[in-house]
Amino acid sequence: MKYETVVGLEIHVELKTQSKMFCACSTAFGSEPNSQCCPICLGIPGALPTINKKAVELAIKTGLALNCKISEYNTMDRKNYFYPDLPKAYQTTQQYHPICRDGYLDINIDGRKKRVGITRIHLEEDAGKLIHDSENSLSLIDYNRAGVPLIEIVTEPHIESPEEAVAFLEELRNILIYLDVSDCKMQEGSLRCDVNLSIRPKGQTSLGTRTEMKNLNSFRAVQRAIKNEAERQQNILESGGEILQETRRWDDLKGQSVAMREKQEADDYRYFQDPDLVPFIIDNQMVEKIKNNMPELPAQKRERFVSEYGLPEYDSRILTSSRELADFFEASVKLYDEMKGSKESKTVSNWLMGDLMRLTKELGVELGDLKLTPSLLVQLLKLIDQGVISSPIAKEVFDEMCQSGQEPDKIVEKKGLRQISDIDQLKEIVREVIQENPKTIADYKAGKKKAFGHLVGQTMKKTKGKANPQLVNKLLQDEINIFQ
Amino acid sequence: MELYKLTVHEIRGLVNKGKLSIEKLVRGVIQRIDSTESLLDSFITLNIDEALHQARTLDQLISQEARLSTLAGIPFGVQDNICTFGIRTTCASKMLDDFIPPYDSSVIEKLKNSHSIILGKLNMDEFGMGSSTQNSAFKFTKNPWSLHKVSGGAAGGGAAAVASDQVFYAIGSDASGCLRQPAAFCGVVGIKPTYGLVSRFGLVACAPSLEQIGCITKDVTDCAYVLEEIAFYDKKDSTSIRNGNSTYTSYLMDDVKGLKIGVPKEIFDESWDPDVRTYVNNSIEILKKLGAQIVDITLPHFKYASASHSIIFCCESSSNLARYDGIKYGMRAKGVDNLEELYCKTRSQGFGQEVKAILMLGNLFLSNKFYDSHYKKALKIRELLRNDIRKAFEKCHIILTPTSPILAFDFNHESSLPIGMSESQRYALLANMTGIPAISIPCGFSQEGLPIGLQLMADKFNEGTLIKAAYTFERNTDYHMKKPMKLEVTE
Repeated sequence: MKYETVVGLEIHVELKTQSKMFCACSTAFGSEPNSQCCPICLGIPGALPTINKKAVELAIKTGLALNCKISEYNTMDRKNYFYPDLPKAYQTTQQYHPICRDGYLDINIDGRKKRVGITRIHLEEDAGKLIHDSENSLSLIDYNRAGVPLIEIVTEPHIESPEEAVAFLEELRNILIYLDVSDCKMQEGSLRCDVNLSIRPKGQTSLGTRTEMKNLNSFRAVQRAIKNEAERQQNILESGGEILQETRRWDDLKGQSVAMREKQEADDYRYFQDPDLVPFIIDNQMVEKIKNNMPELPAQKRERFVSEYGLPEYDSRILTSSRELADFFEASVKLYDEMKGSKESKTVSNWLMGDLMRLTKELGVELGDLKLTPSLLVQLLKLIDQGVISSPIAKEVFDEMCQSGQEPDKIVEKKGLRQISDIDQLKEIVREVIQENPKTIADYKAGKKKAFGHLVGQTMKKTKGKANPQLVNKLLQDEINIFQ
Repeated sequence: MELYKLTVHEIRGLVNKGKLSIEKLVRGVIQRIDSTESLLDSFITLNIDEALHQARTLDQLISQEARLSTLAGIPFGVQDNICTFGIRTTCASKMLDDFIPPYDSSVIEKLKNSHSIILGKLNMDEFGMGSSTQNSAFKFTKNPWSLHKVSGGAAGGGAAAVASDQVFYAIGSDASGCLRQPAAFCGVVGIKPTYGLVSRFGLVACAPSLEQIGCITKDVTDCAYVLEEIAFYDKKDSTSIRNGNSTYTSYLMDDVKGLKIGVPKEIFDESWDPDVRTYVNNSIEILKKLGAQIVDITLPHFKYASASHSIIFCCESSSNLARYDGIKYGMRAKGVDNLEELYCKTRSQGFGQEVKAILMLGNLFLSNKFYDSHYKKALKIRELLRNDIRKAFEKCHIILTPTSPILAFDFNHESSLPIGMSESQRYALLANMTGIPAISIPCGFSQEGLPIGLQLMADKFNEGTLIKAAYTFERNTDYHMKKPMKLEVTE
């Protein structure tokens, strides 16, 4: 029997606010444990919460970007359970009246558009962090994160493959960063994703029993976990077994998941409206104000890059894949155009898509980790345009510049990389190459055009790439004609 | 002169004329506490040294002719569920036996700024759950009018302390009539203001939607003075409401002419003590003679009020008291092997029977199985009651009931047993369910000499009307002048 996978995602996003959801404590990451706490976020008896307006605005912003309806009437509700990282023994969340609902996000899968429904987005607060010191068999708690504002984005079960899930998450993360709603760092926990997954025989409309997968710390983990869980469920069904509705924990090292607890016997969270927080109304005026201040979203930027810069769709998609890269591109193009007085968008795009991507991949870093600036890049392009350095040398300078942040002309001077355009000097070398490669010359004469490339390569090698390529071409042609 | 017998407004006059030093005043009440506390057990913690220190500082200020607020230099008591910075706040529970708040509640902050002097923290039922202080983990507070009777509860400590002149006023909380009922039992004035009028920030509440901070005073004039101080908008409490009208002393007028007083027909039943019936009827006659108009009103859903109040109270408490888990502060059980055991033992040992019963019921009512049939239904009834009250106030300005249909009862009497909300708070809890203000004033004494309380309720933010009606009643009666028996322990 053929099975199909049905996936819904629950994504927790830490909001980029200065202060916590219900008090004035800082939300900065990585501070001294328990240095960002007060009676309110510690749940000290008698302390009362007041809602962070900025968090509400960021949630609305996200809802608008995800085509949601914004709720006028909002309540905060309590989710009651005991755990040491939860100071009040309840999490303040939105169970009954979430701030956003009924939205969607379009993603691109191999050139095909796919729409994933957003069920709801609700506001809530984060819990603290348990730290286990096994050496001294101690459990310690850091409450710095307790009360940090979160939104939880819940999708419809519209996702059908690991690739779709990752495409969705990438697009979502991109939007959230564009909106400046969150910094979306999975390794710091500011973006977390749980996967709800079930499978069903192809063609069946009703849903199978689903499991919930937790502890997914990267998009790759999401991808692997979905593949693994779909296979696990299929194996169970095919051997006549039954899927248990349970929460499972993904172990990325082992590449498999283990059951955490069964859902049936699970928790009754005794949700009820938080009497310490009055319901709040979001009026049209507030929504309109936020709407009018929305930044350009990735999809809009993609279209504009094609129309404004004449870029191929492929380039546009890659350049807008992060706000940082897109902004870098635009800043560089602006500088470059000012210098040249003509539009040279594609040149900039090529550098970013080619050498920048290669370098970040090689080094395993992000654009922001490099010392590259639009100004440095444009200075490099200028050196090429002026014939000071050759393209292959430029790549070398680029790599160095990205890591040291030094200006390209300084690197060229320091390393003696200036292009050799001296005809006599080059002629000498070209002659050497011709003498050393009689067979290649013969091949070339016999009509093998490729052989010429080999000769150019040899010349470049002798000059450590510094030879002016146009000159090398011309000299080679001349010398072959003269001597042979 | 026995300074402790004075009222706030009398002290004010003397201090202003330079006839009274604050230190002398404070020493006077400390002496009074010394001689009465072993009989009454009103306090959990005393703040004597700090109070004397503040008194001396204030006397200096006064000698420099500094302008001070009405309550400056007035010693008062605070119910032990209101956070006081640096002063142990136990909620009368073993769970918080050693809890010293790192901050002041907003109300206390305000009163400190007014230079009022905290004398100590007052006994109560554990976390405010009960109606007699018998649920206090530490001590029972006796009724100054009869030492084998309860002082009422939860705020029994405050009511007994004010009635016995141990403090000039007390700050307490009221979630089910639990400030007004003790005031009635002890023959003093108690007010629960409109929900949102007084900040709850720093009140260790069990049921936030029902609970409000109020005050217990020796007479209505003092009530107006204290209320004027503690009513303010506080951005730290999201349920706090801005209300410009807070000059309650301007309502201290002897005038009820044309005031319409509604008496709900549903309240009269067999449960009333005969003396309560006599004196409440008498009070109605007095008000009528003073020019008020008595109208019949109806509260059709009154019969469901008590049950639905209990459910809401239990549910909110179960969530609000879940934080006492032995992890962060307060009691932690010893000799535990794992987390679950830590939770179970801490909560089993830290909470009293009544509290545990309420928490278990609350968890049950909020569970999937009972949410709709109990909690949701209780919320609906609350809406119906609000509607009843709204309609009633279309016909009258004031609703009149006894504060409690029964008198202060004996210790270990069954009236105090059923989960927190006793018979004695049936009428008072209406104001908690609907958020309206209500005051209890003395209106008579039973044949055995126990005080009887009259409850007046007004529409939201109409504390002024309440003060006016109560003041008029007080001016034309002398129940508030009577003092309990001689309480001093004699050598």
